[in-house]
Amino acid sequence: MPLAHRGEKETIPVTFLHVDSTRRGVIRDALGIGIASGAYALSFGAISTAAGLSLLQTCALSVLMFTGASQFALVGVVGAGGSVWAGAATAALLGSRNALYGVRLSSLFDRGRLKRATAAHFVIDETTAMAIARESPADSRFAFWATAFALFALWNLGTLIGALATHAFPDPKVLGLDAAPPAAFLALLAPRLRAREPLAIAFAAGLVALACLPFVPAGVPLLVVAVLVAVYGILRTRQ
Amino acid sequence: MTWAGILVACAACYALKLAGLSLPASVLQDARVQRTVPLVPIALLAALVATQTFSTGHHLVIDVRTTSLIVAIGMVLLRAPFLVVVAAATATAALLRFI
Repeated sequence: MPLAHRGEKETIPVTFLHVDSTRRGVIRDALGIGIASGAYALSFGAISTAAGLSLLQTCALSVLMFTGASQFALVGVVGAGGSVWAGAATAALLGSRNALYGVRLSSLFDRGRLKRATAAHFVIDETTAMAIARESPADSRFAFWATAFALFALWNLGTLIGALATHAFPDPKVLGLDAAPPAAFLALLAPRLRAREPLAIAFAAGLVALACLPFVPAGVPLLVVAVLVAVYGILRTRQ
Repeated sequence: MTWAGILVACAACYALKLAGLSLPASVLQDARVQRTVPLVPIALLAALVATQTFSTGHHLVIDVRTTSLIVAIGMVLLRAPFLVVVAAATATAALLRFI
C-alpha cells in the first residue's frame, strides 16, 4: 500500500504538468492562428466594403457566416457585378467542405444538442486541424474551443477595422482594391494545389469559367464549374 | 435584397456545418462524397481567380489586374503570408494606375 501510494504521488503531478504544458501550447498556437486570420480579415473587410456592402452587412458576414473562403466568394461575386444570389450559391458550395470536417469532429460533440448546435458554427479549416491533431477527446475539444474563441474574436475585429479603414476612401479602385479579390482567392487556392490533379482541375476550371462568361449572367460561370467538377469527381470515383 | 441573400447564404453555410456534426457518418463517408467535395473549392477558387482577373462585366479583358495576379503568384511561390499576397497585388494595381 505505501508503495502504491508513493507511486500515485509521483505520477499525478507529472501527468498534470504534461497536460498543462500541452494546453499552454494549444493556447499559443490558437492565438497565432487567430492573429494570422485577423490580418486576413482586414482584407476581407476592405474587399467587402469596396464591393459595395455596408459596414453592418460586412460585419454580419463575419459573425454569422464565419467561414473565410465563402465570405470572400460572396463579396467577390457581388463586387464583380453578379447578383447576391449567385454569390450566395457560390458561398454555400464553398462551405460544403465544412460538412466533411464535421464528420471528423462529430464524436467530440455527441452529447447535448445545444452544445453540438453551438460547436457547429465554429467547424472550419483551422478549428478542425487543431482538434484532430490531439490524442485525447478532452484535448481535442480544448483545442477546438481555444482556436474557435481566438479566431472568432480576431476575425471579427479584423473585419471591422478593414471595413472602417476602407469606408474612409471614396473610390476603392484608386487603392487598387479591385485587384485584391483575385489575389485573396489565389492565396486560398495555393495550399490545395500540391499535386498534379488539383493543378489540372484549377486550370481547367479557370478556362471553362472564362469561356462561358460572355454568354451567361455574372456568377453563373462559377456554378457551371461547380457542376462540372462534381460530375468529374463522381465519375472518377466509380472507375 | 442584398440582406436576404446574405442571410440565406449564412444559414446555408451553418446548415452544412451542422449537417457534418449531425448526419450519420455513412452518408458523408460515401466514397463519391469524400472524393468530390474537396475538389469543389479548388475548381471554384480557380474560377474566381480567372473571372475576377480577366473580365469586366461580360467582356474578357487584360488590364492592370493581370500584372497584379502575376505579382500575387510570385508572392505565393515565395510562401508569403496571406495579407502580404493581397497587399502586394493591391499595391501593384494602385501603382500602375498612378503612373
